[in-house]
Amino acid sequence: MGTEKTITLRINGCDETAEVPPHRTLLEALRGLGHVDVKCGCEKGDCGACAVLVDGEAVDSCLTLARSAEGREITTLQGLGTPEAPHPLQQSFAELGAAQCGYCTPGMIIASESLLRKNPAPSDDELRIALSGNLCRCTGYVKIFEAVQAAAAVMRQTGETI
Amino acid sequence: MYGEFDLTIPETLQEAVKVLAAAGKRAVPLAGGTNVLVDVRSQRLAPHRIVDLGRIGGLRGISVEGGRVTLGPRTTISELLASDEIARTAPALGDAARVFAGQMVRNAATVAGNIACGSPAADLVPPLLALDAEVTLTGARGSRTVALCDYYTGYKADQRAPDELITAISWPVPVKGTFGSFYKLARRKGDAITVVGVAVGLGRKEGCCAGVRIALGSVAPCPIRARKAEGVLEGEAPTAERIAEAARIAAEECSPIDDVRATGEYRRKMVEVLVARLVNSAVQAGK
Repeated sequence: MGTEKTITLRINGCDETAEVPPHRTLLEALRGLGHVDVKCGCEKGDCGACAVLVDGEAVDSCLTLARSAEGREITTLQGLGTPEAPHPLQQSFAELGAAQCGYCTPGMIIASESLLRKNPAPSDDELRIALSGNLCRCTGYVKIFEAVQAAAAVMRQTGETI
Repeated sequence: MYGEFDLTIPETLQEAVKVLAAAGKRAVPLAGGTNVLVDVRSQRLAPHRIVDLGRIGGLRGISVEGGRVTLGPRTTISELLASDEIARTAPALGDAARVFAGQMVRNAATVAGNIACGSPAADLVPPLLALDAEVTLTGARGSRTVALCDYYTGYKADQRAPDELITAISWPVPVKGTFGSFYKLARRKGDAITVVGVAVGLGRKEGCCAGVRIALGSVAPCPIRARKAEGVLEGEAPTAERIAEAARIAAEECSPIDDVRATGEYRRKMVEVLVARLVNSAVQAGK
């Protein structure tokens, strides 16, 4: 029971292989492959720190089995932009002080990207409800909401999508 | 780290059913994973085998045909939210999708998973009860359809045999002029477990109430219909006194417990308040 199997995961546009037992979560597999921008928080879908895009939808990687993600397109925070060419959300989080300790930031940005793709001009209420699955213990959320709205405005102007 | 189990990822429904039938009670079907994997992690569930349904085609989508709305079992909560058909034919289900957990969970969690988890607080179940929904179960010996109101047999207990999967959820398109809504009372606006959930469906015929449906969540071992309260309103003029009487009787029909979220007494009182509020709104909307 529970034998290891070699799988190939498509992460940020590159194929990577890993030996995983059936119970290995996508979160554990990603971090094992060095993608430590994906954070491990509650491991039960409450905090959103482990959010990644799977085929374009933001999901909790702690609630996805690694083998189930084989053949899917996985995008982590690092797949959204680089230090030289950051995504508008990454830019505005940095500029507007929306990251303090930074632990929730990757999940916050992934969840925000997923929201803005479906709703490019969210109301403050819609934004609060969309990010209710992401917990932050230091910013008080206000700067995060400001940063997402600022990025949304930039993205609406430039028509940017990932 | 999760416990030890084997994992099967079948490509077809037939294969999934076959694996489940061979594995017996210790096999667990996996859809969105937002309940099953949490339960495995906390050791509330200790399956020998997990059967991941994610690669089986044709299990998602919303269709309206022959006067019925049919949902594929792996339709996600986010897909319900994005659907004009749901907004048009089942607004109460849209209300429930809107307040369902958080965005990431809504993207993964499925309609059948919410029904199958058996939680008394499952948010989609009261609206589906108020729509007279039916559940199709497919197993090794074929398919059968059961009314959702008969599906649960107790707390986290249902009619699904170990080799069966929920393969469709359907309901008749409500007659024109029927108003439906769902209200979730919870301790926060987002990502919270329901303290009391109330779904109401109400039509009008010659000034009287017709097709009255009142369903309650989180106030009994499983979501229930408040049939006596429905009977108070059915075929009658919706006077203030009659609505208040129906709400009082709905509160008597439930059997809430005390838990970390609320006392049973508070829940019962809130059933009365919310049933009256939702019925009143439906009556106002129908004027």
